[in-house]
Amino acid sequence: MKSDFAIELVDVVKRFGTVAAVDHVSMQIRPREFFALLGPSGCGKTTCLRMIAGFEQPSSGQLLLQGKPLGDIPAFKRNVNTVFQSYALFPHMTVAQNVAFGLEMKGVGRDEIRRRVADALDLVRLPQMADRYPKQMSGGQQQRVALARALVNKPEVLLLDEPLGALDYKLRKEMQIELKQMQQQLGITFIFVTHDQEEALTMSDRICVMSTGHALQVGTPLEIYERPNCKFVADFIGETNFLPGVVTEISGEYATVNVADMSLVGRLGEGVTLGASAWLSVRPEKMQLVDEARANPSALNTNSVTIDSVAYVGSDTRVVVHLGGQRLDVWDENNISTLDPNFYFRAGERASLSFPADNALVLVK
Amino acid sequence: MAQLVSASSSAPANVAGESRARVSAGRLVLTTITAATFAFLYVPIFVLIIFSFNQAKSGATWTGFTTEWYAKMFANEDLIEAALNSLLVGTISTLVAVVLGTLLALAMERYSFKGKAFWDGLLYMPVIIPEIVAGVSLLLFFAFIGLERGFPTLLAAHVAFTTPFVYLTVRARLADFDRSVEEAAMDLGADEWHTFWRITLPLLMPGVVSGALLAFTLSMDDFIISNFVKGVGWNTLPVYVWPQLKRAVSPEINAASTMLLLFSIFIVVLSLVLQRRQSRI
Repeated sequence: MKSDFAIELVDVVKRFGTVAAVDHVSMQIRPREFFALLGPSGCGKTTCLRMIAGFEQPSSGQLLLQGKPLGDIPAFKRNVNTVFQSYALFPHMTVAQNVAFGLEMKGVGRDEIRRRVADALDLVRLPQMADRYPKQMSGGQQQRVALARALVNKPEVLLLDEPLGALDYKLRKEMQIELKQMQQQLGITFIFVTHDQEEALTMSDRICVMSTGHALQVGTPLEIYERPNCKFVADFIGETNFLPGVVTEISGEYATVNVADMSLVGRLGEGVTLGASAWLSVRPEKMQLVDEARANPSALNTNSVTIDSVAYVGSDTRVVVHLGGQRLDVWDENNISTLDPNFYFRAGERASLSFPADNALVLVK
Repeated sequence: MAQLVSASSSAPANVAGESRARVSAGRLVLTTITAATFAFLYVPIFVLIIFSFNQAKSGATWTGFTTEWYAKMFANEDLIEAALNSLLVGTISTLVAVVLGTLLALAMERYSFKGKAFWDGLLYMPVIIPEIVAGVSLLLFFAFIGLERGFPTLLAAHVAFTTPFVYLTVRARLADFDRSVEEAAMDLGADEWHTFWRITLPLLMPGVVSGALLAFTLSMDDFIISNFVKGVGWNTLPVYVWPQLKRAVSPEINAASTMLLLFSIFIVVLSLVLQRRQSRI
């Protein structure tokens, strides 16, 4: 029976001593998917990767590779390969010998090894480097060798443990694009561990956000950004304002929250109940500031605010406002070109802040 | 304008001149001390080499050049036998110590267990225990278990005092060993056996080789412990040389020492060559 998933984690727990590094995590990774495990350090993302690779055994739960339980199959018998954070190239071997190692271990014939090593080095655009030693190469080049060494084995799944972490910003951006292209070209499932949310958003088909051993949310970059299912995800991905309040009404897909005597409406989040305290979460770019004179104060989610500070950053203006004792960040897009210094609000002025109910989320507190 | 230019250019020149003078004074002192230290270390050895070619039968006066003592040395069956014994004991004990020391280092580095610091400390002890204590204790121990002194006791003793040195050098190499390369090997399909032979051991090799050379040199050089545990008729070179010196410093012994020195130089050069080959890693 062929499984619909390349990798499946079923209620996996990994304990180190008394600490659960991975705490009842389940997820399904589809074939040919670029899947990111995203979270702060210590969230359990690398431990998940290491269990898939076979370097760690789960304390309980099950891992499946194409529907087949991995059980205690050792790392060297799993058809998955890893690109390590430190690259972990063999320093006493040339680039070609590094790349050939996996094929040699599988008993592939000499001529085929030579051909496949050359192909792999072409793929990572290092064909002329075959006889170099890792020490004689730059970080970016070493990273490509590590990639070639893993991909030459044609793994079912490629595991990447923060592979771009050691590269400088520009190289990082280039490699992001290149990795994504390579993945699409080869049609291999990539599981990519990162703590960089921007990296995860730009590269992934789907993202799993992890925190303290839990898989909080799995979804496309759009779902993760626009519909975070809890405060942690909303906070970790991008910028968000959180207003504490009590749920006073739930109707359909929306909930009303009383925040400092204001009634604000947002989309109803998972597990939110009437009368419970909750967060109204709204991103800075999803609100509008207008002159009080032009605003309709009785419209939904429209309130008078005091401008606290204004910072012009070019593409938008970053404003801090006071709303009923809460500080809120508002990013106002600069879609009018003018040199008039008095064009925009100034600190101390009052303005009207509004946002549609669909732009806010009510999340469990 | 011209004045300004010359003023500003001469000032730094002066500073440079002064500091150059200070540098050369410092250099003179350091050169002298370095030369004196080299002389202190090597002049006695040169004297030994020169006197191995001295015609006089004894004493420290130069009477003329001869290679007679080298001929005599090679004709001295006892001395040759002792030298061969030394080589034999040195080689076998080094091989055993290298295997034991390397495996010990791997076990102590890789596994955590109760009282690890204590056991680790115990492995350092043989390095600092006075040799005389080690010699007496080994002698007593062999007598206690009823093992007659001879080649086996000599070999066992040499393995015992050289193993910790191999252990320490390999352990030092392991301390900055990146284990992810072993994981990478396993990830690429190498089982434990292949990972050890293809990855772990080659990367530890500089430590293993320096440990081996150290063990071999110490074994060749050892007098005190060997003197305690050797059996009758089982002289090593230092054990053979010592009683000869009690009578007089014979030029034949000088010749033997010179040969030993040449051998040591060979070992040092060998280790440098091996390290050079490894240094590209």
